[in-house]
Amino acid sequence: MYRYDEFDATMVAERAAQFRGQVARRLSGELTEDEFKPLRLMNGLYLQLHAYMLRVAVPYGTLSSRQMRKLAHIARTYDKGYGHFTTRQNIQFNWPALVDVPDILDELASVEMHAIQTSGNCIRNVTSDQYAGAAAGEVEDPRIWSEVIRQWSTFHPEFSFLPRKFKIAVTASDTDRAAVKVHDIGLRIHKNAQGEIGFEVIVGGGLGRTPYIGHTIRNFLPKAHLLSYLEAILRVYNLEGRRDNLYKARIKILLNVEGAEKFATMVEKEWAAIRDSDVDLPAEEIARIRDYFALPDFEDLSATDDAFEKARTKDKDFARWVRINTAAHKRSGYSIVNISLKPVSGIPGDISDTQMEAVAGIAEQYSFDEIRATHEQNLVLPHVRQDDLYAVWKALDAHGLATANIGLVSDIIACPGLDYCALANTRSIPIAQRISERFAALGGEEEIGELKIKISGCINACGHHHVGHIGILGVDKKGEEFYQITLGGSGAEDASIGEIVGRGLSSGDVVDAVEQLVQFYLKTRQNKERFLDTYRRLGAEPFKEALYAAA
Amino acid sequence: MPLLKLHGNDLSPALEEPLHEVTLDDWRENPTAHTDATALVLPNAQSLSDIKCDLNGFSVVILEFPTFKDGRAYSQARLLRQRYGYTGEIRARGNVLRDQLWFMARCGVNAFEFSAENANDAKTALQEFSYAYQSCADKRAPVWRRRFDRSVAA
Repeated sequence: MYRYDEFDATMVAERAAQFRGQVARRLSGELTEDEFKPLRLMNGLYLQLHAYMLRVAVPYGTLSSRQMRKLAHIARTYDKGYGHFTTRQNIQFNWPALVDVPDILDELASVEMHAIQTSGNCIRNVTSDQYAGAAAGEVEDPRIWSEVIRQWSTFHPEFSFLPRKFKIAVTASDTDRAAVKVHDIGLRIHKNAQGEIGFEVIVGGGLGRTPYIGHTIRNFLPKAHLLSYLEAILRVYNLEGRRDNLYKARIKILLNVEGAEKFATMVEKEWAAIRDSDVDLPAEEIARIRDYFALPDFEDLSATDDAFEKARTKDKDFARWVRINTAAHKRSGYSIVNISLKPVSGIPGDISDTQMEAVAGIAEQYSFDEIRATHEQNLVLPHVRQDDLYAVWKALDAHGLATANIGLVSDIIACPGLDYCALANTRSIPIAQRISERFAALGGEEEIGELKIKISGCINACGHHHVGHIGILGVDKKGEEFYQITLGGSGAEDASIGEIVGRGLSSGDVVDAVEQLVQFYLKTRQNKERFLDTYRRLGAEPFKEALYAAA
Repeated sequence: MPLLKLHGNDLSPALEEPLHEVTLDDWRENPTAHTDATALVLPNAQSLSDIKCDLNGFSVVILEFPTFKDGRAYSQARLLRQRYGYTGEIRARGNVLRDQLWFMARCGVNAFEFSAENANDAKTALQEFSYAYQSCADKRAPVWRRRFDRSVAA
């Protein structure tokens, strides 16, 4: 993974020092809360319902064991013993005291971490595929380009006061695990007909109040021009994006008002003027960054291992976990291991300090010291030998980290909701907890297959409900919590925005409703098709009937 | 509200010289009525796409930063410097706060109608960072170039 040199380290340390000064000015009363707000928001520090919340960047979701141990230490020392992985591969601490935040940032800086650009109207922490560098069939490691973007976007002088926040995601696989079509800019690395590698540039996707799937404004951008092209997009947006209405300020609105074609023309025109300036990196710098993402020292292993096969036959729970939580690795004899942070009755994405320590230890011993955070609020050990899987499973299980439910109905994305968030209308976490309890009691999750439930506690859609196979949106009706169901959404390569199906349901009814939808699906599905595919085949009507018949 | 000017890396208070200001629209409408104008005021929403010839003869271009959040003038400043070759003074007016000065200076702003009283704070703000990752409208070499130069020297 990338390691800081003196330049990276100096900039992060100087930012921490700058913020220490800003906090001191706030604590001395020199700055009012109103004056302090934009400053803290440029450094991931929010004021939530009950306390400050600090969002720490995990660039493109990659963590070392040392960094994970530091996060555990911060959770233990400055928080209540846990952290919360977010839908943008970051981690949040829910209870830091303002006076401690400068010390936390110093602690983070000591392990090459920070909270830079995890909030504010700037280019946010770039996200990527959690299987990067490990996925079978990947064109190249998308983290190389994610790191290029991280450096370019850090303290960008022209683009730190954009009309609104700006999110970039990068993938290099046909299976899109980075949700590139619902980002302000999604970059898909692919090979063209000539065998050259470049980017498909997708702009204007997003969720929130006005969900859109992004438009491809350029099919193939040669890699060397990535930064000048991004700069052209950002400049058009910075100058032309709306600033009079918070809800119409994202680039998706500009793109849809102008039309994708005209928008693309504006970008191309701007790009023509800067494409040969010194915005793009020289080949030497790209090579320098690329070297950090060289494959680890894999051994030549056979595709099957006797002990592993034996363990699978002997231990059904292990076999189930292997089926559900591991994925194909690019090297034979290795697997990608998913660690679910969605135990039955758990809070999606939450992890305790002792669990963080455990994951750090397991990664160190079994996964070349690497951990990934996923946008679905889970963790990944990217490079595990097949003959180590049984030991890894045992070790994870000892810490409550072996829930076998990746991609299944209880692998729910939920925003923090009214339990933490000052913007929320309703709670999200208890709904997620009750759905997971219901399906744990019913059993048969694996039989139901891939089913993505996503829950947002308000229209800002932090829980990605628009792209849930089943989406749940909390709305406040005269002081009572109601939940609206959307169906048929997807944030993957087959991206679509879910459709609202009828009136909202009370908090008491919503879990029954999900069960009814699943029962209807099980009755009508063909050839083990996914819930999403049944919905797409049959349309909304029969699902609506199933939903409201019993309610 | 002191006026601060940047000379190289040095930021220091400057005397308020009287300017004869004119907005771009007014000047274009009737240039002969504004022959003694010395400062061109560019509204924040003004497109710069055909501005080049208008810049001749103005010693100051004034850009507006109406609120902390409104960042259009950063792009305007950079375009004036890097695309339209303007070498005169670019002055920031409006909500010109300590924690924005670094970004403004990097985009080519070299005079500030500073919103706070203490000019020393502004000076400190410009010294908080030793490096920058990107090339911009200032003379600062981006980190990638420093890395490259160092590896060549080694």
